[in-house]
Amino acid sequence: MSLPGFPLLLQSIVNGILMGGVYSLIAVGLTLIFGVMKIINFAHGSFMMLGMFITYWLYVLLGIDPYLSLLLSIPSLFILGLLTQRFIISQIMDAPAHNQLLLTLGISLFIENFALLIWTPNFRNLEVPYLKKAITIGTIMVSLPKVIAFIFAIILTILLYYFLKKIDLGKAIRAASEEKEGSLTVGINLRKVYYLAFGIGTACVGAAGTLTAPFFYVNPHVGGIFVITAFVVVVLGGMGSFIGALVGGLIVGLAESVGAAFVPGQVKQFIIYSLFILILLFKPEGLFGRTSE
Amino acid sequence: MSNKTKRSEKIFGIIILSAILLILPYLIGDYITYVTTMIFFFGYLGLAWNILGGYAGQFSFGHAAFFGVGAYTSTLLQIHGGVNPWIGMILAGIAGLLLGSFIGYLCFRYGLKGPYFALAMLALAEMLRLLAVEWMTLRYPLGISIPIKGDSFLDFQFKNKIPYYYICLFMMAGAIYLTHYIEQRKIGSYFKAIRENEDSAQALGINTFKYKLVAMAISSFLTAIGGTLYAQYYLIVEEESVFGVTISIAVLLGPIIGGAGTVFGPVLGGFILEFLSEMTRNLLGAYSGVHLMIYGIILIFVIIFLPHGILGGLQLAYRRISKGV
Repeated sequence: MSLPGFPLLLQSIVNGILMGGVYSLIAVGLTLIFGVMKIINFAHGSFMMLGMFITYWLYVLLGIDPYLSLLLSIPSLFILGLLTQRFIISQIMDAPAHNQLLLTLGISLFIENFALLIWTPNFRNLEVPYLKKAITIGTIMVSLPKVIAFIFAIILTILLYYFLKKIDLGKAIRAASEEKEGSLTVGINLRKVYYLAFGIGTACVGAAGTLTAPFFYVNPHVGGIFVITAFVVVVLGGMGSFIGALVGGLIVGLAESVGAAFVPGQVKQFIIYSLFILILLFKPEGLFGRTSE
Repeated sequence: MSNKTKRSEKIFGIIILSAILLILPYLIGDYITYVTTMIFFFGYLGLAWNILGGYAGQFSFGHAAFFGVGAYTSTLLQIHGGVNPWIGMILAGIAGLLLGSFIGYLCFRYGLKGPYFALAMLALAEMLRLLAVEWMTLRYPLGISIPIKGDSFLDFQFKNKIPYYYICLFMMAGAIYLTHYIEQRKIGSYFKAIRENEDSAQALGINTFKYKLVAMAISSFLTAIGGTLYAQYYLIVEEESVFGVTISIAVLLGPIIGGAGTVFGPVLGGFILEFLSEMTRNLLGAYSGVHLMIYGIILIFVIIFLPHGILGGLQLAYRRISKGV
């Protein structure tokens, strides 16, 4: 182990925060679904992969700017999430938690291998000329698509936060996640809230897919990498906690990036997984979670 | 019908079935023998998972951890220490058991349950896979090959694949017997009590921590032995194929679909999955992925419509009919 110099450390801190913003957006979607329905969505990464492919094909086939494709990836994943909830997840709302997890595993097996069938396992890269630039500030160099992804991710997260806090529909979602019985008595239609929550959660991860596509490879199994990181973020921040997902995303992004500067290759992932198990064992409520189960 | 005749009929049935299974490889071609061997193999692994997941109700999403530890233990011992693979197999089982007891102790001691336990196991398997990548890939970039010694039972290597048929059959039969044995004893009812309601089981005076650990120990031991069998069949060990998420999923799909917490559910599930996987391979070529897509659809349907799996669903229906409800 060699100690990196200060510029490298600063560089990895900046990179970590940028990546952390994207992790936050992914985790916000996951934690929203968990908070409202108590369902751990294993298929979250598969939906992200779909978002990436939407952006990839719109650019490759029609030359549409990757960020413009947010206008398609967000609504189409919202609808896909809503339909998934309406026709599949809603069937097992009262089933044991491990069966719910297995169901979302089935959904993810289906989506990913369907994608494999039509798009092959090839690793694709989105080559957008104007995004090849890097921004240099002093000694730090950051890639433009990561900066854009971070900005969009934060804007979307703030918009969602505002929606949940101020808009009636959003308040209904929060009410349902905090007090199921009570929200029923004040006339909230739980079924509709579930559709909406799953749709929004999926739309978040679809947007994250679009934002990630310009600087990552695109392949049917790419979601698996992000979904496990998202689990770590959500558990770290506290299952169901919005602020927890936001802060957790930044922490994991930082830990990964700074860790990579100190330790080689696979070890940083190793550290993140051990962190995951340790939090589950010793602080299952996470940093911002409610203490009860 | 008296109990005695019922019992002798049962024994007669088992003898006939064993006779058929024993001569089967000589009646069917190499290809069907291979498929049947795989059914036995995944049936065996499903049975191993079933003891912890099906009976004791602790769903592991990371049994590849034990499978991989088993495969690597016997293989590394064989290559670097010249340890006979049969002895290596037992040591592999012990290594799996130690790992299982360690992680089980931690998880159960701190009350990890349901999906949290499932995900912790997934993380464990991924951690071991990363360690294997870190430690093994540089030295063995193409995976670890077991030196070929030819046809020898003592070396656990056979030119012809038929002996593996018998080994897998034997191991599956052993696992079925063990499961049946557990089901008939008190320990089986303790497992089920924990699965149905852990707090009540604890209140009834069952040491739930201890019995969950016992289930974990048996399950991890058997799964690790399966890892050695896999290594000796393919004579190559590579981290993705033994520690990968695919193995963790393959191991649990059989029991879930066939019926978790039943003796023959994992075997039935293994049969259905292997059959489908071979069918799609034959129809659509060697293109991987299609069978997993179909597994996904089946899993969705089973969880929604048959949450106790095929045999579990049949058992419930049978009980309902015989009670006249």
